[in-house]
Amino acid sequence: MPAQSIWTLLSWGPDGWSDDIAYGVIVTVLLALATLPIGLTIGFFIALGKQSEEPSLRLAANIYTTVFRGLPELVTLFLFFFGMPILLQHLIRYFRPEATIDVNSFVAGMIVLSLIFSSYASEVFLSAFRAIPKGQYEGGYSIGLSKWQTMRLVVLPQLLRIAFPGLENCWLSLLKDTSLVSVVGLAETLRNAGVAARVTKHSFLFYSIAALVFLGLAVVSSFATSAILRSLGKREAQR
Amino acid sequence: MSATAAMVERPPPRTRGWPRPRIVGYALVCLWIAFGLGIVGYLVFAWNPAFFAKYAPAYLRGLGVTLSLVAISMVLGAVLSMPVAYGRMSRNRILSGLAYCYVYFFRGTPLLVQTFLVYYGLGSFRPELQMIGLWDFFKDAFNCGVFAFALNTAAYQAEILRGAIESVHRGQWEGAASLGLHKLQTLRKIILPQALIVALRPYGNELILMVKASAIVAIITVYDLMGNAKLAFANSFDIQAYIWVALVYLVMVELLRHAIEWIERRITIHLKR
Repeated sequence: MPAQSIWTLLSWGPDGWSDDIAYGVIVTVLLALATLPIGLTIGFFIALGKQSEEPSLRLAANIYTTVFRGLPELVTLFLFFFGMPILLQHLIRYFRPEATIDVNSFVAGMIVLSLIFSSYASEVFLSAFRAIPKGQYEGGYSIGLSKWQTMRLVVLPQLLRIAFPGLENCWLSLLKDTSLVSVVGLAETLRNAGVAARVTKHSFLFYSIAALVFLGLAVVSSFATSAILRSLGKREAQR
Repeated sequence: MSATAAMVERPPPRTRGWPRPRIVGYALVCLWIAFGLGIVGYLVFAWNPAFFAKYAPAYLRGLGVTLSLVAISMVLGAVLSMPVAYGRMSRNRILSGLAYCYVYFFRGTPLLVQTFLVYYGLGSFRPELQMIGLWDFFKDAFNCGVFAFALNTAAYQAEILRGAIESVHRGQWEGAASLGLHKLQTLRKIILPQALIVALRPYGNELILMVKASAIVAIITVYDLMGNAKLAFANSFDIQAYIWVALVYLVMVELLRHAIEWIERRITIHLKR
């Protein structure tokens, strides 16, 4: 292999690796964005369960967070990625014996990251729930709103505002955790950088680029979240 | 607690019958029980003495590797975090800027990327490293893991330390100064004892995070707990390799969590009324 200059390696096109890494960045961002709504929804309901008066509901929610916060992310991912096909295979054997099952690494990553993200987000939601005084619920009920309406119209807007900084932290760790999915073969930033590193033998260069990409994503999201916070604050002030 | 707490507020009487939350709660608990029984049932059903005899010692060795990796990097990180925290709190622009960049880099990038950067990336500088005699250190995956983990946890621990020290009221510094204690004495005898109570919980969380994150070193060919599970799975294609390792991690994390809670209860006894 002829010695190539670093600029050729970093160019866009068949000789360079920029396009591969850019493709990886898109996959990383898509994975994180696809996980976010699922994780937020599950996390919200887990938090609801945790602050419920019903002990069995609290127990079920607590088991959920204990398990998914206690297991290393990598172990959860491997268990799911390798365990799920076996389980599904056993189930499907009753219907169609010849079928084989493969779990898509993007979907597996999405599910596992939602489980982890939701268990962390539920803690954030829980402490936000505790910061909302009981009078808000009572006020909602006293003007004739139903339980669900009170939650949606009175509590949720305040809840999101209180939980926002905590959720931002959850989002940043979600963004970092996406790199783990490269281990089960998803062609995201780290994996593509790794391929480039192995092919070109410039490991330090390409892994540094991967690090810079994640750093850049963190910077972009902190800009985005501070913009959202500002607009939230403005709306608060106008009222 | 004020006088109002003396008026005991009775919990509301438990609702009878089957309201919707109770139905959902029981259903979910039953689901968890079924899940747990399923796993136990599977482990009993798939019980394989040969598998156990072959891999149990490896798992134990792996546990030792994991624990020593976490312990060494936590201690090194704690040592390294002191100058970083000092830099973060310093009035010197350059010093605080450098410390900020360090913390931002290590908290803003995934630990996996940092580990790869050390293990594979430093291989690019092999001749230079050989020249200064550091190659023997970085040749070993375990050392690389410790190096990356120590740098990473130092950034987090520096922030914990800084937060804890800044949580102590300024009057404490002034009071100590007026008694004629110098800075280091103040820090050691007055500030740190108060700061460490605040810092205990975040330190505990960091320890738990490190135990969980240590599974990552399995990817750079260290045979820690996870590495041995990977090996066992690759050899046997038996999913119980991962189930066992998950149970071990879960037990480890829960033990740590309860130990930290116990310590916190012990050392804050004087703060409770």
